[in-house]
Amino acid sequence: MTDSRVWLLIVGVAGVTYLIKGFGPAVVGDRELPERFNGVIGLLASALLAALVVTSAFVDDRGPSGGALHVGADTAGVTVAGLLLWLRAPLLVVVVGAAVVAGGLRALGWDT
Amino acid sequence: MRDLRDGLRDGLPYAAAGGVLALSFGAVAVDLGLPRVAVVVMSVVVFAGSAQFASVGILAAGGGLGAAIGAAALMSSRFLPMGVALAPSLKGGRVRRAVEGQAVVDSSWAMSARGDGRFDREYLFGHTAVQYASWVLGTIAGVLITGVDARALGLDAVFPAFFLALLVAELRSGRRDRLGVALAGAAVALVAVPVLPPGGPVLLAACVALYGLRRRPIRRSDPPGEPGPAS
Repeated sequence: MTDSRVWLLIVGVAGVTYLIKGFGPAVVGDRELPERFNGVIGLLASALLAALVVTSAFVDDRGPSGGALHVGADTAGVTVAGLLLWLRAPLLVVVVGAAVVAGGLRALGWDT
Repeated sequence: MRDLRDGLRDGLPYAAAGGVLALSFGAVAVDLGLPRVAVVVMSVVVFAGSAQFASVGILAAGGGLGAAIGAAALMSSRFLPMGVALAPSLKGGRVRRAVEGQAVVDSSWAMSARGDGRFDREYLFGHTAVQYASWVLGTIAGVLITGVDARALGLDAVFPAFFLALLVAELRSGRRDRLGVALAGAAVALVAVPVLPPGGPVLLAACVALYGLRRRPIRRSDPPGEPGPAS
C-alpha cells in the first residue's frame, strides 16, 4: 500500500460520502415528502440500526470481503452491551463494557 | 422544538462513545500501515466511521482503490434514504441543503427525528458538532498510541455496541411496530451477508421500513352510527 494510494482513497471516499449525504437534500429541495412516507421515515432508523448491529456483531471483520457469519468475542461483548442497555446503564459504560468483555474473552484465549 | 444547545448537550454521551470508536479507527488504520497524518486527515474530511473502517480494511488487505471506494459508498448508502427524509427539514436552496445535509451522522439523525416525519435542524447540527470534535480528537489519540492490538482490547465490539444503544433508544421512544421492523431488518441483513458485499445488507434491510407505507385499514363496510372494532 503506497502513500499515494492512501491519499487517493481519502479523496475518493470523501467525494462519495459528500455526494451521498448531499443527494437527498439536493434532489428533494424544499418540497414536502408525500404524507405516506412519514410512516417509512419513522421506521427507517430501526431497520438500519438493527442491520448495522447484526452485520458488525456477527461478521468476521478480518477478511477482505467479510462475507462469513461468525460468533466471536465481539458478539459476546455486544450481548453484554444489550444487557447493560436493558439495565439502563450510561452509553459510555455500555460501549466500554462491550470492549472489556470482548477483550477479556480474548485474553482468556477464546476467538483471539 | 429542541435547539442547537440541546443538541450539543444530548450529543455528549454519544460523542464520548464515538470517541472510543475513533480511537479504535486510528489505532487500527496505523496498525494496517497507513501514515498517521493520512489517518487523521481521513477522519477530518470523511467523518463516516463505517465507510472509513471498510475502505481502509479493503485497501490494506490488497484490494483495489475502486473496490475500497465502492465499499465506502455502499456502507454510506444508508445516508441516501436518511437524506431524503431529512431534506424538507433543512433550509435554503438545493445547494445549501446539500451542504447542510453533510451534518448527518447516524446518532444525530436518529435523535433529531421528532416522530412526525420532521427533524429538529439545529438540534441535529449541535449533536453532530460534538460528535465531529470527538471523532477527530479520538482519531488523533488513536494514531498516537502505538503497538495497540485493537482486537485484543475488544475494540471491535465498540461499533456494534454503539449502534445497539442507538437502536434501543429508538425502540424505547416510539411506536410498537418498530421492534418488528428492527427484527425483520436484522434478519434480512444476516441472510444477505453471504451474498452481498459489505454495506449491501444494511441498504437492503432499509427496505423493511417500506412497511410504513401500508394503508391504514379502512372499514367502509362498517354501517354508519355503529362503532367499528377498536383500532
